Amino acid sequence: MEAEAAKLIGAGLAAIPLAGAGVGLGLIFGNFLSGAFRNPSAAAQNQPTMLLAFALTEFTGLLGFAIAMIILYTF
Amino acid sequence: MFDQRADGPMEQFEILPIVDLHFGSIDISLTNSALWMIIGTAAITIFFFAATRRAAMIPGRIQSMAEVFYEFTFDLVRDTIGPDGRKFFPYVFTLFIFILIMNLFGLLPSWPGLAHELHTFTPTSHVIVTLALAMLTITIVIVYGFMKNGLKFLKLFWPSGLPLWLMPLLCLIEVISFLSRPLSLAIRLFANMFAGHVILKLFAGFVVSLIGTGSAVMLFGIAPFLGAIAVTALEFLVAALQAYVFAVLTCIYLSDAAHAADH
Repeated sequence: MEAEAAKLIGAGLAAIPLAGAGVGLGLIFGNFLSGAFRNPSAAAQNQPTMLLAFALTEFTGLLGFAIAMIILYTF
Repeated sequence: MFDQRADGPMEQFEILPIVDLHFGSIDISLTNSALWMIIGTAAITIFFFAATRRAAMIPGRIQSMAEVFYEFTFDLVRDTIGPDGRKFFPYVFTLFIFILIMNLFGLLPSWPGLAHELHTFTPTSHVIVTLALAMLTITIVIVYGFMKNGLKFLKLFWPSGLPLWLMPLLCLIEVISFLSRPLSLAIRLFANMFAGHVILKLFAGFVVSLIGTGSAVMLFGIAPFLGAIAVTALEFLVAALQAYVFAVLTCIYLSDAAHAADH
């Protein structure tokens, strides 16, 4: 296989972490909402924690993006 | 009719010199990235000067806008770091407003037909800018942590109340997690802005190439056009959210540094 083709396939494969990040984000927001509906008065003060968890989870997906960029532009 | 350079989704991130300046072998040219940072900083300064010029007990329109930003960040700092977080308020506030304005100014539409280096540019879509901001935060965390707690700052890597055989492993994990903090701060902001702008440009490119066909296929251009509008709306949310997340994480890391000896 040509190196160029392998690079493109590798960059495509680096998009797989998106699946995990998607599941994780769904879990975070879903669980936050179900908790917020049970106890709406406690929802507001837990929002920063939720956003923090969102940011940390999102990072796993973005690492895949960073890897794709490294494969495409530095090799 | 269309700027040739605006074809691909990646050309918008090119850093181009506007004023060539060479200091020996060091290139200190004024680039479009620097220009937009200057515009952003100038806009922030003018806004806050205008807001506080005639500070009144009953705020006017512009003053109450500034107060919203101020109180939002102040509450954030007070709630996360605690009472000794006051001294970090100026830093967190500067960081938050700077990133917010950088992100939002990148969403301004460019004037069509302008030279490529004068198009709107998002400095935060470059990892070097975000990494510099992240390193600044982590440096402050480390310096303040050692200043406040002395060597007890290292307790951050040595959580208490766990069986001894687990400690080497946990210590290793804590060290890795600490070292990945600047990286994660930088990559999160950069990748969000970068990916958002690429998607926006891709949709816009679909519209242009579909209209370029000149036949009835042009009508399909409506779908990516609506997509571009939706992505623009999403980008406004992301721009504000990422600035907020950067500020929150900075506060959390500073609070770790401030309370390292307590646990």
